[in-house]
Amino acid sequence: MAAPAIGPGTDPKNAAPGVTTPPRRRGTELVMLGFAVLITVAAQTIVDITITGSPSPEIATFSAWFTGIWLVAHLVVRRFAPYADPLLLPCVAVLTGLGLAMIHRLDIAANALGESVSSREDAPTQLLWATVGLVLFVAVLLVVRDHRALSRLAYTIGLVGLVLLAIPAVLPSALSEVNGAKIWIRVAGFSIQPGEFAKICLVIFFAAYLVDKRDVLALASRRVLGLEVPRARDLGPVLVAWGVSILVLVFERDLGSSLLLFGIFVVMLYVATERASWLVIGVLLFAAGGTLAYQLFGHVRVRVDTWLDPFAYYPDGGGYQVVQSLFGLGTGGLFGAGLGGGRPDQVPVAKSDFIAAAIGEELGLFGLVAVVVLYLVLVERGLRTSLVVRDGFGKLLAAGLAFGVAWQVFVVLGGVTGLLPLTGLTTPFVAYGGSSLVANFGLVALLVRISDAARRPAAPPAPPAPKLGEALTEVVRP
Amino acid sequence: MNSPLRKVAISVLVLFTLLILNANYIQVVRSDELRGNASNTRILAEEYDRERGAIVVDGNPVAMSVATDDTLTYLRQYPQADLYSTVTGYYSLVYGNTGIEDAEDGILSGSDDRLAFRRIADLFTGRDPSGGNVELTLDAAAQQAAVTALAGVQGAVVALDPSTGAVLSMVSSPGYDPAQLSSHDPAAIRAYSDSLGAMDPDPRINTTVAERHSPGSVFKLVVSAAALEDGYTSETVVPAPQQYTLPGTSRPLNNYNGESCDPSGEQPLIDALTISCNTAFAQLGVELGEDRVREAAEAFGIDQGGFEMPLPVVESTVGDIDGDAQLAVASIGQQNVQITPLQGAMIAAAIANDGDLMTPYLVDQLQAPDLSVVDQTDPEVMGQPVSAEVAGQLQDMMVSVVENGSGRRAQIDGYTVGGKTGTAQTSADDDDNQWFVGFAGPDGDPQIAVAVFIQGGQGTGGDLSAPVAQQVMAAYLAANGED
Repeated sequence: MAAPAIGPGTDPKNAAPGVTTPPRRRGTELVMLGFAVLITVAAQTIVDITITGSPSPEIATFSAWFTGIWLVAHLVVRRFAPYADPLLLPCVAVLTGLGLAMIHRLDIAANALGESVSSREDAPTQLLWATVGLVLFVAVLLVVRDHRALSRLAYTIGLVGLVLLAIPAVLPSALSEVNGAKIWIRVAGFSIQPGEFAKICLVIFFAAYLVDKRDVLALASRRVLGLEVPRARDLGPVLVAWGVSILVLVFERDLGSSLLLFGIFVVMLYVATERASWLVIGVLLFAAGGTLAYQLFGHVRVRVDTWLDPFAYYPDGGGYQVVQSLFGLGTGGLFGAGLGGGRPDQVPVAKSDFIAAAIGEELGLFGLVAVVVLYLVLVERGLRTSLVVRDGFGKLLAAGLAFGVAWQVFVVLGGVTGLLPLTGLTTPFVAYGGSSLVANFGLVALLVRISDAARRPAAPPAPPAPKLGEALTEVVRP
Repeated sequence: MNSPLRKVAISVLVLFTLLILNANYIQVVRSDELRGNASNTRILAEEYDRERGAIVVDGNPVAMSVATDDTLTYLRQYPQADLYSTVTGYYSLVYGNTGIEDAEDGILSGSDDRLAFRRIADLFTGRDPSGGNVELTLDAAAQQAAVTALAGVQGAVVALDPSTGAVLSMVSSPGYDPAQLSSHDPAAIRAYSDSLGAMDPDPRINTTVAERHSPGSVFKLVVSAAALEDGYTSETVVPAPQQYTLPGTSRPLNNYNGESCDPSGEQPLIDALTISCNTAFAQLGVELGEDRVREAAEAFGIDQGGFEMPLPVVESTVGDIDGDAQLAVASIGQQNVQITPLQGAMIAAAIANDGDLMTPYLVDQLQAPDLSVVDQTDPEVMGQPVSAEVAGQLQDMMVSVVENGSGRRAQIDGYTVGGKTGTAQTSADDDDNQWFVGFAGPDGDPQIAVAVFIQGGQGTGGDLSAPVAQQVMAAYLAANGED
């Protein structure tokens, strides 16, 4: 790989004599990215050799392309967010690369069985989506020079989020429904899940709104049973969030997004107000909503029942996916069947919803735990950014985004491994799906931007800060 | 906001720890259970990629895998399925394995620990891993004769080598085609399975070991053994009235067709067995008492639990006996007495082997893929139900049955044949079960013991089952008699 060529030589240690600049660690990032690319190319090669006996001819193109993506991402970060956390991008690179290898592996399996008539390859499409994701990543870093600018547009962004969330519910089923979930926009052969983008928009809005209202929500309260309980009229926002989640559940039959949005909101509310009572209220509302949903909606009941005893609903009756997933994980055991050595294609929709089962089957418990730990590193770096960044909006935004990833990973992997009911969320970065991948690249761009602000030395020796702010307003205003 | 942030960070750690713990639970603790689940076709698919070993009789494969260009590489085939389906069982994608395919799956699939070293060697030499072979004890001639003799009837034949316990013949009739259950086409497999399931009884059930039935007069051998052990001799005169009133009741017990056993109302034990006198044995059983009858039965292996040979064998039983009236009926093999055909053959074999009951076994040898012997079965004594002296007297009595009594149709020219017939009523309107257990060989050297069970035929054990036994034993002796 060309990775180490740029090396730490350009590290700006000697660029600013006299001023004590904190280490930027861009060199670390580059080396780690090279490592991530190496892992990915190795995984792809192993898949090919195990299944077909020789590396596929496309491996060179793939490697170059994949390397290019991270090289560009790295250079953009180096130029426009030089103080950004160096671990965020490498974690994302490994997860994306591992996902690509797994999707490629499942492509081969599907084509070998002659299941897909057109012998369509999903891995190249996913690589294309990763490239689109990179464009969004670069665009966010270029346009949003200071994350605080976003708070000024919070209401607009929130509205955009709500509209994105609502579009599939309003569209006719033919244009919005896939496998029972009405969460798509299907136009001209493209399928977009606007909810993935709505999630980020809403987190931005929540952060701005809560920073604004945190004092009221935190202070005006009474003590009941040792808990600071807010006044009834301050319950408004949490009830609205709850209501929106329920509406999503009803009109889009999307249990996952509903759970995700509500969870993120409650945790952000807790972080903003420092009042544990919000968590209690959130859990109570969740319990009420959950019970109600279980009573009213067949699809929720099926999910819960099959979670409690998947084998009772196997092979007919909704337990098929989870049972196949458990079979895959169990068969994989400690070390896994090896890339290309298992039968992850036996799990329905293994490329998207159940890609974690495929990883667990072929890379074993070690592989699956490694993936969980990668997410953990990503999330904890995000939360650390939140701890360090100085402004309240940045804190809340970073916390919301990082916790959102954590919560989504927990809900998805919990569903795939039988810990929780299935919800139909995607595994961030790893699962096949353009919207999810692109949106999450955007999410990481925001985290990179905030972490850059967090680790940047304090203002006085660096006058360009306000100038950046002006530049930003100019860009956004028209 | 930093204090709640730290708590959130810790909560995330806790959530992810839960995920990891759960993954450990699924992938380590429950791994074997999930891997071995019958619905998990992964292991099966992996198995089909490997050449499964053969099941062999007299050097000829009766179950073998052949390579195909399917996605499941190897296809299981059963040459001579009509002869061996009872024993081989099937190897099905949909329904799992039965018979030897199941009992010796470890060796056949190559996963047995005894093949572990070879597997590791395969890994280094790059040789495709394959399974080992299972050589059965069955005798092709006896098996062929049993299948021919049972053609068209529901029944079972088990033949044993009395001196070793080796199973020479095992047939449950009607048979089925295991190849159709072992194909790679789940729809065809299900269709064939449904057609078998619609039959009564399902031909896939191995009647020889998986079902038990009232033995009828065959059980008189056990009662005779108890009496002889208690000091009776074959010449001891026992009461044999035309009718015996069951103790404590007014219900009479008759002989077959209401005949009289002896005008005098009593006869020697050997004559009572020869003509299968019901009243004599009912009364004898009561005379000996429940404990002695049970002891004798247990000594032959009845009520000793099921066992594996390596096919699983259900337990034969004397059943509940409530009072002397029931004891009397049990003593002629009715009431709750129920045995497997294999158990019937074990009784005959123990008597033929001078009182030593040998553990029955179906697998002679387990071989590695290169045909080197992994395990060789050594004959084992299971117990000694009767002394050699008593066994000798029982042999004489059984020879008398075939020469002078109900078992005449089992006679073989040039050989000494002993046996006992049985006819058991299953219920008032059903046809009777017909039994014959016996042995044959040169004088004083029985070489084969056999049990024949025919379900629901017209006539007696002497009419239907004795000729089947005769054909099986004659075929075996003709093929093996000179060594």
